[in-house]
Amino acid sequence: MTEHSPYTYIIVMAAVTYLIRVLPLTLIRSRIKQPLLRSFLFYVPYVTLAVMTFPAILSATGSVASAALGFLCAVFCAYRGRSLVQVAAVSCAVVFIAELFI
Amino acid sequence: MLSTDLVPSRTACFWQGVRDGLPIAIGYFAVAFTFGIASKPFGLDALQAAFMSFTNMTSAGQFAALGIIGSGGSLVEMALTQLIINLRYCLMSCAVSQHLPDGLPYYHRFLMAYVVTDEIFGVSIRQKLIWPCYIYGMLIVTVPGWTCGTALGVLTGKVLPLRLISALSVALYSMFIAVIVPAAKDSKVLACLIPLAMLVSSAFNLLPVLRDISYGSRIIILTVSLSLAAAYFFPVHEEEEEQ
Repeated sequence: MTEHSPYTYIIVMAAVTYLIRVLPLTLIRSRIKQPLLRSFLFYVPYVTLAVMTFPAILSATGSVASAALGFLCAVFCAYRGRSLVQVAAVSCAVVFIAELFI
Repeated sequence: MLSTDLVPSRTACFWQGVRDGLPIAIGYFAVAFTFGIASKPFGLDALQAAFMSFTNMTSAGQFAALGIIGSGGSLVEMALTQLIINLRYCLMSCAVSQHLPDGLPYYHRFLMAYVVTDEIFGVSIRQKLIWPCYIYGMLIVTVPGWTCGTALGVLTGKVLPLRLISALSVALYSMFIAVIVPAAKDSKVLACLIPLAMLVSSAFNLLPVLRDISYGSRIIILTVSLSLAAAYFFPVHEEEEEQ
């Protein structure tokens, strides 16, 4: 096996990751008209974000209880129409305080 | 929120990006700090780890890379691993492509592609039109947050207080919640689809066989299948997208 410098690895991974990101942005230059594809791309962000958030958020802290509390508070604040920063700050504070007790 | 029909002033839109990017940058700093600490036992020095963070801007992919570098894996293995873990960015970029202003020059597309991360994607996709200056505002705070956090993690080698990392990690997820919950409030389909996606995702986390599917593959499988099903049964009309 040949020994590679860490920089060789890093350049390979950066190239792969960048290509994944840049190809759709440069190849798709117009509005997609096809109804199924349009609708698909409309739903993609919400499904991806939902899948990435849950259940991963539950293991993001020291205990499931504090994470669940942070999750519920975030949902509540977001439902009440709070801004992005407010939702993030509230859940952050809730977890921090909850972990003082748990 | 940016105006959808007028071209916003570049400065205003840049600063809006900085404002929206700041909480992401703080969260990135904490996660990157953890990454820096994790990369040390694999023989990476601060410069190498920071270079990796600066050029990749991805967390799951970078954590996976450590094992490959540490075990002297092949470059092909590295490329394939990154492809599988990061393929979700392809879906995100496809979605972003539909939010770019018409006729946006290539150099903007090349630069914007660099920061299609989970968080920047999630936050910027709320806008009907995503302007380059908005993304650059986010870039200018999040890239240093991620890169410096990594370098400091390697250099100090000391773990930040656990409670602080917990709280800041949750903050990153909360931003996703701040994006999807209001959308669910406005659309009955999304109000069902989002909890369903979370439920299925939990099932993938718990059930045998399914739980062996890697993080990157799971996100792709679920996003493609659920979004396609929703698109088929509940096609979106242009007027709804305008809302």
